[in-house]
Amino acid sequence: MPRMGSRVRVRNDMPPGHIRTPAYLRGKCGVIERTLGPFANPEQLAYRHSGAPLALHRVRFTMAEVWGAAAETPTDTIEAEIYAHWLEPADAA
Amino acid sequence: MPHDHHDHLSPSGHPFRADNDHPLSYWQTMEIAVRELLIEKGVTTAAEIARQIDAMDNRTPANGAAVVARAWTDLDFRAALQHDASVATSEMGFDIGPMKLIAVENTADLHNIVVCTLCSCYPRNLLGLPPDWYKSRAYRSRTVREPRRVLAEFGVTLPETTQIRVHDSTADMRYIVIPARPDGTDGWSTDDLAHLVTRDSMVGTGLPKSPDDLA
Repeated sequence: MPRMGSRVRVRNDMPPGHIRTPAYLRGKCGVIERTLGPFANPEQLAYRHSGAPLALHRVRFTMAEVWGAAAETPTDTIEAEIYAHWLEPADAA
Repeated sequence: MPHDHHDHLSPSGHPFRADNDHPLSYWQTMEIAVRELLIEKGVTTAAEIARQIDAMDNRTPANGAAVVARAWTDLDFRAALQHDASVATSEMGFDIGPMKLIAVENTADLHNIVVCTLCSCYPRNLLGLPPDWYKSRAYRSRTVREPRRVLAEFGVTLPETTQIRVHDSTADMRYIVIPARPDGTDGWSTDDLAHLVTRDSMVGTGLPKSPDDLA
C-alpha cells in the first residue's frame, strides 16, 4: 500500500473496457499527494458488478515526466486520481 | 457576407434555428420509455422530474462564490474546507451527493486549473452546468499539455515563477479552485467579496475581478 510521498508508476497497460486511468499517464511516474476512498472499482461498476472497494490515490506528475522534451514548462504539474490497482512502486522493472 | 441571404436569416441577421422535427434517436426513445415506465409504475411523478430539472437549472456559480468569499473571510471555514471540502460545503447547504469535493487554493507561487480529460466532471452543485468549452475536446486535451497557452487564450498570463498545477478530474473527486483574494478588499463583507468571484476563477481559467472592475 503506497503512502503519501511514495514514488509510484502508473501501469503501462491498455486493457479493453471502461478504464478511468487516462492513457497519457500510463507508464508515467509520480508521487502520491493524498489517498482517498475506498471507492467501488468503476471498471466493475461499469458492467453492473458490485465493484470491489479500492483506494484512490491522487498522484502528482511533473510536466517533464508526462510530456518529456515537449513539456510547455517542465516544472508545472498535473494531479490525477488513480485507483490503487493501477499503481506499482516506481522502482519496479 | 452575413447579410446577403435574407431568406435564411432572422431580422437580427442571424440564421434561423433549424426545427428539431427529425426522428428521435435511439437514446432519446430510451429516455422517454424509461421515464414513462417509472411514472406508470409509481416510482416517480412528472412533477417530481420537473422539480429536479428546475433544481439543476437553478444551481449557479453564485453558490461557489459564496464558498470562496467565506474562505477569504473565515479562517476556521478555510481550514475545514482544506480538511474536507465535501463536509464544509454541505454545512453551507451545498450538498455534493455521492461525489467528493476538493478545494485547491491559489497563491502567488501556485495557480490551479481544473479539467476532466475523460469526460466533463464538474462541481455542478457549486457552479451549475459546465460551459460548452469545458466539455470540448480542445479544452480537455490541451489543458493537460499546454495549460499556459490555454490560460493566455482566457486572458490570464502568469509569471514563470508561478507553478501551474492541472487537476485532471478522472474519478470520484470534484474540484473547486479558491482563487487568491484580490488586493484592495480589506474590510469587505463576505457578500461584497462574493461579487468578485467569477465562474472561471473557480475553474482556474480566470482570476477574480478586482475592486476596479466593479466600479
